[in-house]
Formats: sequence, C-alpha cells, structure tokens
Amino acid sequence: MAESKQGARAERPLSPHLQIYRPMLSMTMSITHRITGVALYGGSILLVWWFAAAAESDSYFNMVQAFFGHWLGRIILFGFTWVLIHHALGGIRHFVWDMGKGFRLSSVEWMVRANLIGSILLTILLWVVAYGVKS
Amino acid sequence: MIIDPGMKTPLKKVKGFGAAKSGTDHFWQQRATAVANLPLVGFMVGFVIYHLNSTRADVIASLHHPVVALLLIMGLASVFWHMRLGLQVVIEDYLHTHLTKFTALALNIAYATSLFAVAAYSILKMSFAP
Repeated sequence: MAESKQGARAERPLSPHLQIYRPMLSMTMSITHRITGVALYGGSILLVWWFAAAAESDSYFNMVQAFFGHWLGRIILFGFTWVLIHHALGGIRHFVWDMGKGFRLSSVEWMVRANLIGSILLTILLWVVAYGVKS
Repeated sequence: MIIDPGMKTPLKKVKGFGAAKSGTDHFWQQRATAVANLPLVGFMVGFVIYHLNSTRADVIASLHHPVVALLLIMGLASVFWHMRLGLQVVIEDYLHTHLTKFTALALNIAYATSLFAVAAYSILKMSFAP
C-alpha cells in the first residue's frame, strides 16, 4: 500500500479474485472447453502432417503411419479424440445455452457432468469400435 | 432499414457495427462452423481411423471418390476457420499490448490458412492422382 502525506490509502474492498472461489465442476469445465480448443488448434497440425505425408511418398507415409501405430502415437491419438469429443460436447452444451435454455443451476450441473462422462465413454467406444473393426 | 432522422437513437451507433466494425459476425461464424464441424469432423475422424493401418495406396484409393475428397476439404475449411475464430478470442482476452496482439492475430490467420492450404492441396493431389 502506497502511503502519502495524507496517510494510508483507504482500505477499500477488492473484488474477489478467481483463486478465492472453491473450484467447481462448472467453472473447471468452462476453462476446459477453452483449453481443449487451444489443444486442438495445435493438434490439427498432426492431421495435416498425415495428409501431407500421404501425398508425399510411400516411404514417408510409412514412417508417419509407424509413428501413429507405435504405442506412444496411439496414446497421442487416443488423447486427441478425447479432447475433440470433449470440445464437441462442450459446443453442444453452448448451443443449448445459446437457445436460452439450460440455465437452471441443476441443468448446468447435469450438463457439465454429462459432458465429462459422455466424452470419456464416447472416446472409449470409438476406440473399441476402431480396434474391433480393424482387427 | 429506414430510420426517421428525427429519432436518432443508439441504433445509429449500432449500425456502425460497434468497436470491431463487424457486429455479431464473429459470433455467428463461430456457431455456423461449429454446427458444420459436427458431421464433417465426424466423417474426418472416421476416415482417419479407417486408415489407421492403411498403406498409402489405400488412402489414395479412398480419395479417388470425389465425395470423400470434397467432404474432407469442406471439413478442413470449416475446422480451420472455426479454429482461427476461436483462437482470436483467446488472443483478444489475454494479450493487450498492441504490437503483441496484432502480431498474434496475424500469425493466427497465417497458421490456420496455411494448414488448410497444405491439407487441401495434399487431398486434391491424391484425389487427382492416377
């Protein structure tokens, strides 16, 4: 606090900072929507890399396929699909709000839970189908 | 819209589309691409997962079908535009000094459009390949 000749500055109440709030699922899911969006922004380069490799040559494409076929590459793809599905479901949640619906506290809580649980279940389902069909 | 000159209201300012001079355009484009992304990205994910263990010849064979190539290119256009709009909001929220902000906004457009160009060119090259 800066002091002047007039004395100490008046102690005025500050508006509450973000960190004093108890973390809630709804606010966590709000920032998660943004974080997953930014992650997809970066991750999209992998998709472009894959297409460019296929357009390039057999040997280069085989190298890229081997990378994504490796367990580490598969974990990246699994994470990518979860982030994508999570962001997509979050987007649908925003559509509901855009329609002016789902603002009751109970609805908000229900939707954020459905978003999180749904994204995990759909991701697992997607990969079960992917492995089931391909093997 | 005809406005009675004697009834100047804040609408006069609104018709200038606000500080960004673009009104609600950004919001609508974000939502429109979001809706388009749902089916188009679904198709794209299906395509990539279908070709997880494919050879290059398999991928090229799929892309020979014009509908497949077109759906992928349209999906990429929608995705990269949506992405550019989304990161613009993030940049505007967190960067406040003019030079940094405008540099970031320009790089954002460059990144999204470049990735789209590379992906679309790659798909067309394979689709047209004999």
